[in-house]
Amino acid sequence: MAANLKEVRERIKSVKSTQQITKAMKMVSAAKLRRAQDSIVRMRPYADKLNEMLSHILSNMEGDPSGSFGVAREVKKVLIVVVTSNRGLCGAFNSNVIKKALYLCETKYAKQFDASNVDLLCIGKKGRDFLRKRFKSRVNGDYVDLFNDLSFDAIVEVPVLLMEHFSNENYDAIEVCYGRFKNAAVQYAESTQYLPVPKMKTKKVTDKRRADYIFEPDQQSLLETLIPSILQTQFHRFLLDTNASEHGARMTAMDKATENAEELLRELKISYNKARQEAITSEISEIVGGAAALEG
Amino acid sequence: MNVTVLSPDKEIFKGEAKSVKVPGTSGQFEVLENHAPIVSALSQGTVKISKPDGSDLTFSIRKGFIEVLYNEVALLVQGVTDN
Repeated sequence: MAANLKEVRERIKSVKSTQQITKAMKMVSAAKLRRAQDSIVRMRPYADKLNEMLSHILSNMEGDPSGSFGVAREVKKVLIVVVTSNRGLCGAFNSNVIKKALYLCETKYAKQFDASNVDLLCIGKKGRDFLRKRFKSRVNGDYVDLFNDLSFDAIVEVPVLLMEHFSNENYDAIEVCYGRFKNAAVQYAESTQYLPVPKMKTKKVTDKRRADYIFEPDQQSLLETLIPSILQTQFHRFLLDTNASEHGARMTAMDKATENAEELLRELKISYNKARQEAITSEISEIVGGAAALEG
Repeated sequence: MNVTVLSPDKEIFKGEAKSVKVPGTSGQFEVLENHAPIVSALSQGTVKISKPDGSDLTFSIRKGFIEVLYNEVALLVQGVTDN
């Protein structure tokens, strides 16, 4: 009985220390989440303005606006960019993103996949480790350190590389799987066609804001420089979203873990008290029995 | 006129200005009050903003865009370094 008592005490101790860790991780994630959200908010004016400029240019322009990145070729080679986090302990977040990528391979690009014409580019350690193990030869490069510094200038090399791949016809379609951030509790894995650029919606611009712009250089070459910038910003947004999602997912996971630990502790305490009571009862009955034997 | 300078990571400047000198792809130019609407790509070079109090703000950019519309000047810049 005494051994059981000690055992339970040990377990209570270990659960308590685990709970402390999960609680601390939750706090850390909450703080990091706020920072990640801030950087999403900070990049928004830039992205909005870019799109506004695009629509201003398009409103003064006739003909096909999509440029060289909008050309849909016959899809022979596909690149799927899988954006996952570098660290674990964030629930099903990473596996959801990976699942999304695998789903793409099995449905939309099944034909190309069977002909092993689908390559994977991994951003983040978790996706890389998993996909390397599963399809050794198809993982074409990875960026693991990207999440250490998510400033625009640090990440811009990746979208530039993707655009190069597309214009050199190394790949005919590029998809991005990432964790879309909705709020701290809700993130979903999403896949988006990155290149070729999906057909742009040209809104009819209301005449009030329409002005006779001077374009320098001409509209076509302006678009050719503006669209890459928009694509870079879009990619930046994928990374920032994934980063925020990761912290959100971890926060939820750690919150759940702390709760579970609390529940476990409650149960353990009950069994500890039971064991203690049993020990006392048996001790008393032993004493009573001993006394009775002496008297008799 | 109102000038806003944005980079992908932060807002660099927002406020009144007397003039803005930018390195356009087809040559450097300066935007003054009541400039005609223009959209231009910018190449590597220095941007100089003259504030109403007479002081200047200068910084280098790698590339960017400028849009002027009814005394609202928006600069979108990448690769900013102070100097």
